[in-house]
Amino acid sequence: MKNMKNSFKKPLTLLTVYYSYMLEYRSELILWVLSGSLPIILMGVWIEAAEGGNFELRAVDFARYFFAVFLVRQLTVVWVIYEFEKEVLQGKLSLRLLQPIDPVFHHLSNHISERFARMPFVFLLIGLFFILYPQAFWVPNLANLVFFTLSVVLAFALRFLIQYTLAMLAFWTERATALENVWFLFFLFLSGMIAPLEVFPEAVQKVVMFTPFPYLINFPASILVGLPVDLTRGFLSTLGWLLIFLGANRLLWRAGLKRYSGMGA
Amino acid sequence: MSIIVAENLSQSYPVAIKEPGLRGTITHFFRRTYRNINAVQDVSFNIEPSEVVGFLGPNGAGKTTTLKMLTGLIHPSSGTVKVAGYDPFRRQEAFLHKITLIMGQKQQLIWDLPAIDSLKINAAVYNIPDKEFHRRVGELTEMLSLESKLTQPVRKLSLGERMKAELLAALLHHPQVLFLDEPTLGLDVNAQVGVRDFLREYNQLYQATVLLTSHYMADITALCQRVLLIYQGKLMYDGRLDGLLENFAPYREIYVELSQLLPAEKLMSYGDIQLLEGRAVRFIVQRELLTRTVSRILADLDVIDLTVTEPPVEEVIGRVFKSGVV
Repeated sequence: MKNMKNSFKKPLTLLTVYYSYMLEYRSELILWVLSGSLPIILMGVWIEAAEGGNFELRAVDFARYFFAVFLVRQLTVVWVIYEFEKEVLQGKLSLRLLQPIDPVFHHLSNHISERFARMPFVFLLIGLFFILYPQAFWVPNLANLVFFTLSVVLAFALRFLIQYTLAMLAFWTERATALENVWFLFFLFLSGMIAPLEVFPEAVQKVVMFTPFPYLINFPASILVGLPVDLTRGFLSTLGWLLIFLGANRLLWRAGLKRYSGMGA
Repeated sequence: MSIIVAENLSQSYPVAIKEPGLRGTITHFFRRTYRNINAVQDVSFNIEPSEVVGFLGPNGAGKTTTLKMLTGLIHPSSGTVKVAGYDPFRRQEAFLHKITLIMGQKQQLIWDLPAIDSLKINAAVYNIPDKEFHRRVGELTEMLSLESKLTQPVRKLSLGERMKAELLAALLHHPQVLFLDEPTLGLDVNAQVGVRDFLREYNQLYQATVLLTSHYMADITALCQRVLLIYQGKLMYDGRLDGLLENFAPYREIYVELSQLLPAEKLMSYGDIQLLEGRAVRFIVQRELLTRTVSRILADLDVIDLTVTEPPVEEVIGRVFKSGVV
């Protein structure tokens, strides 16, 4: 029982302290939320397009889809690579390594508590959105909500793990973030952020489903709006990619630490 | 039994070198050349529990590299280290609970939050129960005279207060072995004294072993009975601080105040003149010649005042490093 209490104490303390840390940046938080409104802009573009051309999706479907994309983005934003790179280059990682806790838990709790700090602003925007565009309002059914929650948690985990794995390259190069920028380009197009995968040619869709990208945005967003998705395949693929990146991450972490110490820590 | 055992420690690591100019930059881009730096060469020493040992040496002598090997951040290229019975590089949990590393130029406290929040994280990470956490924070706060500072954001603290808060964070888990790398870097004299006093008190209270590097000789003279002198990666001296002076400073200073002005040529026969200002003269004299010189001065000259002192340690060390022959 005592052990139980102890094992909860660590994550709880990390989360509460990093939560207050994030609240120090109240005003920045609004800007960060707003900086994620690319989907809302794209929504306008696609609604226009849907009214003119013939797509399988109606204008209101596009509106809901991009609203869901916006929400998923807000819940899965990750910046660990920037923090990690800084720690490696400035040698701050050294102090972290001398604590009996894997440094990743600091980053992870930082991200998770930021989610809680961000939520009030996100809800505010959601309210505003439906006031301005009431036709798009809908209530998803309970099953969709449950699957959406699960898929968004997994999407966050995968996004975090992928970026943290890229971050490991900071041990070898001074600018790991450059790689993240290249990666982000693929992410932008293949995740369903620019356009729902439904409007892509079928062949492209088939190929994209074998990459990790659609499970980061398109999959959870589609569940929420009720677009047809293969739930089993979606969840299994996400889990599969999680395992692959977890393995890669741990391998790179070990090799990277060797290199870090080899260069004089 | 020694708490720190270092045997034939060596460390070399590659450093990228870049020629100046555009050409050098382009070559650097395509093909990096590295040069091996022998940071530490064949260094051996033992440190007993509760000893306070000063690590002396100019910049780049290998002090920090040695500390990093002792804390397990880097693996020695050759040789062995044991700290509190552990192989540091494995960074086992029990080992990490026993040590701490404090670097004057690197902070662990979260910048935008009050220090107490960072301390809470440390308490959780090191499994310190709440009651014990409050007791320790209270005790250390008092020793460091940090009352009321812990609830201010770290960025609002002065450099001295911040360093003290860093010390508090680094010592919250009551480590047995303290590694300090330039803990007083950049602090004003008052803050330096504060940090020094605290370290002495902590060492006496908890019988903790302390190994510290510092540029400020006063840190070393105030805290360490024993010093390790490292130069160009090699251990040059290991022993008592006063022994270092005996070995490397066979000089004394004689300060004389004369009743009348005398020309330098006349005074030169008594010893090297280090300073001549009006009627005040400072001579540097070899220790063996001290008594003879003093009696000669008193016999020959009209003296108002005369004092004999040891030269300050930094001067001695400086002379040792400058001459390069140790």
